[in-house]
Amino acid sequence: MTQGLQFDSQGRLKHFLTIEGLSRRTILEILDTAESFISVGQREIKKVPLLRGKTVVNLFFEASTRTRTTFEIAAKRLSADVINLAISTSSTSKGETLLDTVRNLEAMHTELFVVRHSLAGAAHLIASHVPPHVHIINAGDGAHAHPTQAMLDVFTIRSHKGEFEKLKVAIVGDILHSRVARSQIQALNALGAAEVRVIAPKTLLPTAVERLRVVPYSDMRRGLEDVDVIMMLRLQRERMRGALIPSEQEYFRVYGLTPERLARAKPDAIVMHPGPMNRGLEIDSAVADGSQSVILPQVTNGIAVRMAIMALILGPPAEVRPAARRGTRATA
Amino acid sequence: MSLLVRGGHLVDPANRINGKRDLYIDGRGFVAGVGSAPDDFKPRRVIEADGLVVCPGLVDLRARLREPGLEYKATLESELAAAVAAGITTLCCPPDTNPVIDTPAMAQMIQSRAWRYGLAFIHPLGALTRGLQGQQLTDMESLDEAGCVAFTNALKPITDSLVMRRAMEYAASFDLTVFLHSEDPWLKGVGCCHEGEVGMRLGLPGIPEAAETAGVARDLALIDQTRVRAHFCGLSTARAVQMLGEAQRRGLPVTADVTAHHLHLTEHDLEGFNTQAHVLPPLRSRRDRDALRRALKGGAIGAICSDHQPHEPDAKLAPFSDSEPGISALETLLPLTLKLVDEKLLALPEAVALVTSRPADILGIDAGRLSVGSTADVCVFDPNERWTLTGQAIVSRGHNSPFLGRELKGRATHTIVGGKIVYERER
Repeated sequence: MTQGLQFDSQGRLKHFLTIEGLSRRTILEILDTAESFISVGQREIKKVPLLRGKTVVNLFFEASTRTRTTFEIAAKRLSADVINLAISTSSTSKGETLLDTVRNLEAMHTELFVVRHSLAGAAHLIASHVPPHVHIINAGDGAHAHPTQAMLDVFTIRSHKGEFEKLKVAIVGDILHSRVARSQIQALNALGAAEVRVIAPKTLLPTAVERLRVVPYSDMRRGLEDVDVIMMLRLQRERMRGALIPSEQEYFRVYGLTPERLARAKPDAIVMHPGPMNRGLEIDSAVADGSQSVILPQVTNGIAVRMAIMALILGPPAEVRPAARRGTRATA
Repeated sequence: MSLLVRGGHLVDPANRINGKRDLYIDGRGFVAGVGSAPDDFKPRRVIEADGLVVCPGLVDLRARLREPGLEYKATLESELAAAVAAGITTLCCPPDTNPVIDTPAMAQMIQSRAWRYGLAFIHPLGALTRGLQGQQLTDMESLDEAGCVAFTNALKPITDSLVMRRAMEYAASFDLTVFLHSEDPWLKGVGCCHEGEVGMRLGLPGIPEAAETAGVARDLALIDQTRVRAHFCGLSTARAVQMLGEAQRRGLPVTADVTAHHLHLTEHDLEGFNTQAHVLPPLRSRRDRDALRRALKGGAIGAICSDHQPHEPDAKLAPFSDSEPGISALETLLPLTLKLVDEKLLALPEAVALVTSRPADILGIDAGRLSVGSTADVCVFDPNERWTLTGQAIVSRGHNSPFLGRELKGRATHTIVGGKIVYERER
């Protein structure tokens, strides 16, 4: 169902809502396109004219600075006009439905909405109801998906580790509430990663998590053994209801990533975090700022990856897109 | 007007009739004869039913009609018209109207309004607690006098187990039936779908199977204690069905129903955030659905109901967890029940019993059978007619159905209530 929604009749990416069901080929096409955009950020004039005359609306129903800013920079580097709207979900209590809000903005002749919402399926709902010339990128919906974050993560992994087939990846923390984890798992599986582990107490692991094709661990030490990539997740305290963890101290004691625990992984393992980080809660500063950390490169890569996705969705066809052609790797 | 329904395949499970018989209805609205004509019977109207099935009018244990209080979703008039178009001649409306059916005046008002339309019969379900607040008991005996056939707190949980015990004890004092939606509200939390593979993948907050297990376990303990006659509404899990069967074997006075959609759909119907499949209790796993089917076949579950909940279109145009649960289901009750015959789970008389005599027996009302002298509530349907559920085809004000666009088999052609033809479809 989602696949039918994400692609147009020519098989071109129309919306970007979830990684689920995307082929390895599509994911690699995005990564390769992103690689061609990395250089744009290093130029003196950081702009390409791919989306000149197009209007992009960052429609954020949930607070976010980092993601919104990277989307904004990405759209501006593609020469689009960008409007940022932070709409508290409570504004719908004035009576306007989510779809009415979008329809009003759509009436202002916008082409692309970047949508973040606290409820799973919100971007999907909007994509199902916009006219054909309007496109949607999901910038995070509830605990469902955060596909652009997953793309920048796999981009970062590829740039440090190369091929995925030999990689063991551990995702640590609040898997239950994490849209990043769900999208990340799907991306890694689609790219053929050797093993994806999730590490958390059982209270933070969804029931039937194995059905996502991951190996669950509740023992942090065992879970980290011999992994190539460690992805730490933020403890989403704002989403937690009920007694999920006894205390933050206990959580850090058992699941915090310290230099000692990091030593269980491969010596050249990289440490990632989608941010914002809670130092001393899920990660020790010595690790966050250490030599194995690639947390800041993740942020930088986020702009190129988001440029790539916007360009593929909204830009001219690939054959007239010079920036995307340069430096393209062979796709599978 | 005297009526002859001629040449149809008469299925009346309560009277063990399953074959070609004529049905004679006298001018006062009662069944005058089955198979052979009563003396001096001269029909003023003949319905030719060759190739059609003639059965008692359907009895639906739970249908929200939205009036009073939610008329923007539907009205008694619109939903009664939908009911008779679907062969349903008797239905129960739960008390979660606005205001709640917790006074005799409200119960009488609904019945008198329904009477005015002269379509299907409505039996209100009275509230177990005032305002469904779960604190003070209602005047159940007075509500019974006013026509309430059973008592329930609808989907509002009675969290205080002592209040629930008192409600059951009080109902048992007058031999009244309580309808239970058993679920532990704490385990349910903010859940909006089955806690399983699909909900987990979609990132939706789940309702674990244990929520129903814990709710049913508490209520069974209280039924054991109070010996109230109890009916479990809309069971959805294999474990709950197993507990029901054990309780019945121990001799507890418990019955149960299942909704027609829970017999056909599973959590997989939520794929793509399909809000039309957003129902409570949630659509569960295939294993659960199969257990519900086995319990239906084995007799532990005694009725199939629609659990009709019509909504305005906007109610479903929201992110899944914000959309309103419920299906507009009157018009799919008959075809979804007949599908179980096509799928060889049930014989036709078994299927018909589950939507006629057996729900009537649960309610203790005189309906769901075509005995000579009983009220002539009749459904005539074409078992082989294939039709597609579309917005145009739905009579109900609510078009919210996961079966929209799907081909169904079996459709009412005539509905007779109290001897009067209240629905007749051009063929």
